[in-house]
Amino acid sequence: MTDIGLPLDSQEDSADAGVSLASPADYWALLKPRVMSLVVFTAVTGMVMAPGHIHPLLGFVALLAIAVGAGGSGALNMWYDADIDAVMTRTRRRPIPAGTVTRSEALAFGLFLSGASVMVLGLVTNLVAAGLLAFTIFFYVVVYTMWLKRWTAQNIVIGGAAGALPPMVAWAAVTGTVTVESVILFAIIFMWTPPHFWALALFKSDDYQRAGVPMLPVVSGAAETRRQILAYTIVLAPLAMLPWYMGFAHWPYGLVSGLGGVGMLACAIAILRKPGDMKPAKRMFGFSILYLFTLFATLLGEALIWRFLP
Amino acid sequence: MTAPKDRPVILTPEQIKRRRQRNVALAIALFGFAMLFYVVSFIKGPGITMRGP
Repeated sequence: MTDIGLPLDSQEDSADAGVSLASPADYWALLKPRVMSLVVFTAVTGMVMAPGHIHPLLGFVALLAIAVGAGGSGALNMWYDADIDAVMTRTRRRPIPAGTVTRSEALAFGLFLSGASVMVLGLVTNLVAAGLLAFTIFFYVVVYTMWLKRWTAQNIVIGGAAGALPPMVAWAAVTGTVTVESVILFAIIFMWTPPHFWALALFKSDDYQRAGVPMLPVVSGAAETRRQILAYTIVLAPLAMLPWYMGFAHWPYGLVSGLGGVGMLACAIAILRKPGDMKPAKRMFGFSILYLFTLFATLLGEALIWRFLP
Repeated sequence: MTAPKDRPVILTPEQIKRRRQRNVALAIALFGFAMLFYVVSFIKGPGITMRGP
């Protein structure tokens, strides 16, 4: 529990009476703001790329609903995973293990935000987008958090679908449907997720082992993880160029995705070549974030330029 | 657990401060939510329940 530097007797009395110590910042932390920012960024890209028109304010409200839905599912994830979070160095300062928010408060908060976000998206845009958002939340909370995460080393491979859906949701908010283009945006994030998280898991494997999470390095060892990282990167690099091959992105994206793919492959090969060294894994973790950001920033930039300039 | 019934719960100044912060945040969020629906109803007009971008 947070030490608030007050007489122990009165602190214990009021805490025993169920008086919350949470501040708005603790509730904000429950939303996983850094994950939410990535969700919003990829969703903005999907929305701007989608053929069709949406009123700017409705577009803003749709993005807000997608962000709140992501935040709500983050709160539900922290509610369910509080025991794991408490033993991992990366997550032990989260509001529930830190004692500032109770599990039941996080559950109520997450359920309300998730329900409200789906309802608002459905009212403001269409049922396809709202249904996809509801599916995203369900997939992240139930399929990934409750089922896969503690059960299989393929947890983040399948669970990565939840993180890949936001651009598809935003695309559907504009068009009312799912198209090949939006599926490709989904596929890029889906294939990016395993090498990204396995690079993290390589240098945080002790954490995952202590928490009993069957990440690939814990279950199959570091050598197999390195091979898998390279295998997924070999598929990811050309896949990320598909928007350019298929003609819904332009040459700058082709260039950026090609060079970025080469960079990802170089990182993956470096990891494979230096088994005892954690530096290549850390480098790949950082580079993969930059890679995905650059891909979607280029797609967004191109879409804005080609849409608004004559 | 609950505090004994014969003793009043005394909040610490920090708890009072955090409760006030939560109340203000909740008021802002509720006001924002109401304004959101108000503004959206102007854009979508009487057909707010009709689906479509």
